[in-house]
Amino acid sequence: MNGKIVNQKAWFFVIPVLLLVSFNAIVPLMTVINYSVQETFGDNVFFWSGLTWFQEILRSERFHAALTRQAIFTGAILAIEVPLGVAIALAMPRKGIWVSVCLVLMALPLLIPWNVVGAMWNIFALPNIGLLGKGLNALGFDYNYTRQVGDAWFTLILMDVWHWTSLVVLLAYAGLVSIPDAYYQAARIDGASRWAVFRHIQLPKMRRVLTIAILLRFMDSFNIYTEPVVLTGGGPGNATTLLSIDLVKIALGQFDLGPAAAMSLIYFLIILALSWIFYAVMTRNEEQ
Amino acid sequence: MTRARWLVPTVYILFLLLPIYWLVSMSFKTTNEILGHFTLWPQNPTLENYRTIFTDPSWYMGYVNSITYVSLNTVISVAAALPAAYAFSRYRFLGDKHLFFWLLTNRMAPAAVFALPFFQLYSAVGLFDTHLAVALAHTLFNIPLAVWILEGFMSGVPRQLDETAYVDGYSFPRFFIRIFIPTIKAGVGVAAFFCFMFSWVELLLAKTLTAVAAKPIAATMTKTASSSGYELGLLAAAGTLTIIPGAIVIWFVRNHIARGFALGRV
Repeated sequence: MNGKIVNQKAWFFVIPVLLLVSFNAIVPLMTVINYSVQETFGDNVFFWSGLTWFQEILRSERFHAALTRQAIFTGAILAIEVPLGVAIALAMPRKGIWVSVCLVLMALPLLIPWNVVGAMWNIFALPNIGLLGKGLNALGFDYNYTRQVGDAWFTLILMDVWHWTSLVVLLAYAGLVSIPDAYYQAARIDGASRWAVFRHIQLPKMRRVLTIAILLRFMDSFNIYTEPVVLTGGGPGNATTLLSIDLVKIALGQFDLGPAAAMSLIYFLIILALSWIFYAVMTRNEEQ
Repeated sequence: MTRARWLVPTVYILFLLLPIYWLVSMSFKTTNEILGHFTLWPQNPTLENYRTIFTDPSWYMGYVNSITYVSLNTVISVAAALPAAYAFSRYRFLGDKHLFFWLLTNRMAPAAVFALPFFQLYSAVGLFDTHLAVALAHTLFNIPLAVWILEGFMSGVPRQLDETAYVDGYSFPRFFIRIFIPTIKAGVGVAAFFCFMFSWVELLLAKTLTAVAAKPIAATMTKTASSSGYELGLLAAAGTLTIIPGAIVIWFVRNHIARGFALGRV
C-alpha cells in the first residue's frame, strides 16, 4: 500500500460500485435483520420479539448438527483439494501447446452451471444406470449413495473435488510460472533436493495465491447449496443437509421467517469472521 | 520421476472428463436406452433430444434468457468496477481499506440468505421477471470480484504511465480510455470472463427472480422432472449445451486465465 497518493476525490470513482452494491446488499440485509427480531402469526402482522430467535437458533440441536456437517464438509474438501491441486500444478508442463490444452480442459468443470453439476453427478453415480455407480458395484463395492450415508458423503466430496480442485490448480500454477528460471539454476548448483526446492522456492512463491485459493474455497464451500440439493437433496435423511440447505428448508419450506432470518445472520457472521482472519493474514503478507 | 510427470495431469483430466463424457453420451441416447440397459456408448445415436431443444421455444428461450442477463451483468459489473479499481490501486482515501473489505464481504454472503429478500426487493421496484433484475442481483458478488481482479492487474502497471500521460497533456478520461484500459486489456478480459462465469453458473437467485419471461436455461431443466416423467436424454442434451458457452469463453482467455485466478496478484 506504499507510494499511493492521498486523494479524497477518489471517492467519486467508487460511487457507481457503491450504489449498485448497496442497493443489493443493504436493503435485503435490513429485511433479514427486520425479520430476525420479529414474530408473526400471519396476515403480515409482526410483533417485536427481541433476541429470542437468536437464542433459539444458537441452542437448537438442529443448527448445531447442520453446522457440524458444514464444518466437516468444508474441512474435508480443503484438506483434499489444496494438496491435490498443488501436486497437480507441480506436475503440469511449463511451456508449449499442452499448457493451453491442460488449462482449458481443467477449467471446464468451473463453467458448468451448478445444478447441471449436481444433475450430472446424480446420474453418473446412480448404481443402476450411472458409470460410477455401476463401475463401483462391478468392482465389488456395495455402493448406493441414495441409501447409505457413507456413500452419500463420498459422492458429495468427490463431486466437489471434481468441481473445484481445478481452481486450486490454476492458482498454484499461476504462482509457479512466476518463479524465474534463475532460482532453479541456483538451487541445482547448490545441489538442493527436490523437497528443498519445493519447501524454500516453490512454496513461498505460492503462499499468496494459495491464501486466495483457500479463502475462495472456504467461502464458496460454506455457501454451497445447489449442487448438494440436486445430488442428494440433503439425504439420506438429513445426513448431507448442509447449512444453506437447512436454511432454505426453514425459510421457504416451513416459512418460519424469524428463525430463518436469525439463522441467516448467525451464518453470515461466522463466514465473515473466518474470512476476515484469512483476509487479514493475506494483506499482512502483501505488506511484508 | 520426471518421465512419469505427465501422468498426473493426464489422469486428473481423465477424471474430469468422465462425468462430462457420461452426460454427452446420454444426450445421444433415447430415454428408453438410458433406463433400459446399461451401455457404455450410445447404441443407436439419436439427435432427437437436440432437435427438441432447438425447435421448442420453451427450451431455447432459456438459453437466450441466460445469455442475455449474463452479458448484461458482465457489462454492468466491469464498467462499474473499472473506475473503482483504479481508485483503489492508485489513491489512498478515507475508509479505503474498510470499503474494500466491505465489498468482499458481499462475495461471501450465501445466496440462500438473500433469496427471499431479493424476491421482495425486486418485486417492490417492479423488476421481477426481467433480465435486468437477474443482471443487477448478480452484481452483488461479481462487482467485488471484478474490483478485486482489476485492482490486482492495475497495481502491476507503473504509475509513471499515468504521470507521463498527464505531462503529454492528456485529460483524465482520455488517458483512462485511450491509454490505461488498453494497457490492462488482459485484466479486463479476465474480469469479464469471471463475471460471465459466476453469473452463468449461479441458479438460486436467477431462479428466484424470474418466472416466465426471463427464466434461465438451468431452471428450465428442472421442468423435465415434473411434466412428463424423467426425460433423461433431453436433460442430458440441455446440460451438454450449457457447457458450450463456457468452453468458448475460456478459449479466448486461456493465456491469461492462470493469472486471472490469482486475481492479478502473482
